[in-house]
Amino acid sequence: MLAGMDSFQATIDADGRIEPRDAMPEGYRKTLIRQIAQHAHSEIIGMQPEGNWISRAPSLRRKAILMAKVQDEAGHGLYLYAAAETLGVDRADLLDLLHSGRQKYSSIFNYPTLTWADIGAIGWLVDGAAIVNQVPLCRCSYGPYARAMVRVCKEESFHQRQGFEILHTLCNGTPAQKAMAQDALDRWWWPSLMMFGPPDSASTHSEQSMAWGIKRHSNDELRQRFVDMTVPQADVLGLKVPDEGLSYDEETGHYRFTEPDYTELYDVVKGNGPCNQQRLAHRVKAHEDGAWVREAAAAYAGKQASRREGSAA
Amino acid sequence: MIEPLWEVFVRSRRGLSHTHVGSLHAPDATMALRNARDVYTRRQEGVSIWVVRAADITASSPDEKDEFFDPAGDKVYRHPTFYQVPEGVEHL
Repeated sequence: MLAGMDSFQATIDADGRIEPRDAMPEGYRKTLIRQIAQHAHSEIIGMQPEGNWISRAPSLRRKAILMAKVQDEAGHGLYLYAAAETLGVDRADLLDLLHSGRQKYSSIFNYPTLTWADIGAIGWLVDGAAIVNQVPLCRCSYGPYARAMVRVCKEESFHQRQGFEILHTLCNGTPAQKAMAQDALDRWWWPSLMMFGPPDSASTHSEQSMAWGIKRHSNDELRQRFVDMTVPQADVLGLKVPDEGLSYDEETGHYRFTEPDYTELYDVVKGNGPCNQQRLAHRVKAHEDGAWVREAAAAYAGKQASRREGSAA
Repeated sequence: MIEPLWEVFVRSRRGLSHTHVGSLHAPDATMALRNARDVYTRRQEGVSIWVVRAADITASSPDEKDEFFDPAGDKVYRHPTFYQVPEGVEHL
């Protein structure tokens, strides 16, 4: 019989799943809390760039779809906060850490959505990159995180398709619409590549996370997978990926591409992206503006409970 | 003010049992049910939802799982595969 940490390692070695009340190294717990919280924060901050276009969607159909998508992002945030809470933290504390800037969210959401085509580009590229990152997380060694990711991945595929459809429509429209789509690809391509994190040579958390079965592939592997998947899709749209160094390598079956400028990634993570302050300020305001709803719901629940006690006595 | 945690169970269709799908915070059972509908059944994943206060669940301890489940370990005769069936016997 294996107890405590021996049991943990045996489970990891057998590619089994760790469940909430199992013994686990403190580092494993902390790494997961940090990663799941950051992931949850990204989902709810990610509602903002798209929410920006709900009132200006070009048709009722697009508007209904966009609202459903933004609602999904809220749902994804909730699945993930619930998964983080199984590790012994409280959602309210995680939100405090986000609001005070002590926990991060994906730097991609610090870029602005300037045109309607950006909504297409986010679905196609940003959700596309998220899917490449998230599919392996469905096999993450921590059960609640893996289960949340299964739900998220199922829903993300609608997000990616609706984005592609927006761009496909624009690309088959007027020259101005096609130019708008190209402009969106030009601006979102490099930040999308940065979503996979720093190159393997500079990634600080990767090795231990791989050993613990939290991470299944390296940043560079996933980035390559994304490029291989996306370039042929750009061809279908008739758009040009803004990388002069892009070429198909017959021998390896992979595209060669130019690495993004990682100094920009570090800079945006540090808080110097175009929208960092706006995103956080909006999140804090939404949370504070909603305080009365939480208070009213709690007061109502308290009143109902005391009435039930009164009638039972 | 911390809203209690609720565990959510969804029956995906008639004929199947409720299955745990996740958890959420809500001030009371009515709100928990409504939130569960919005969070866990946006795509018609269910025909019935249970919510249970997480604090009301009693669970076996993972530390004692070996001792706890031990009694079944040496009773392989509870499985049909334990028995030898003579050649040619059918429907057994």
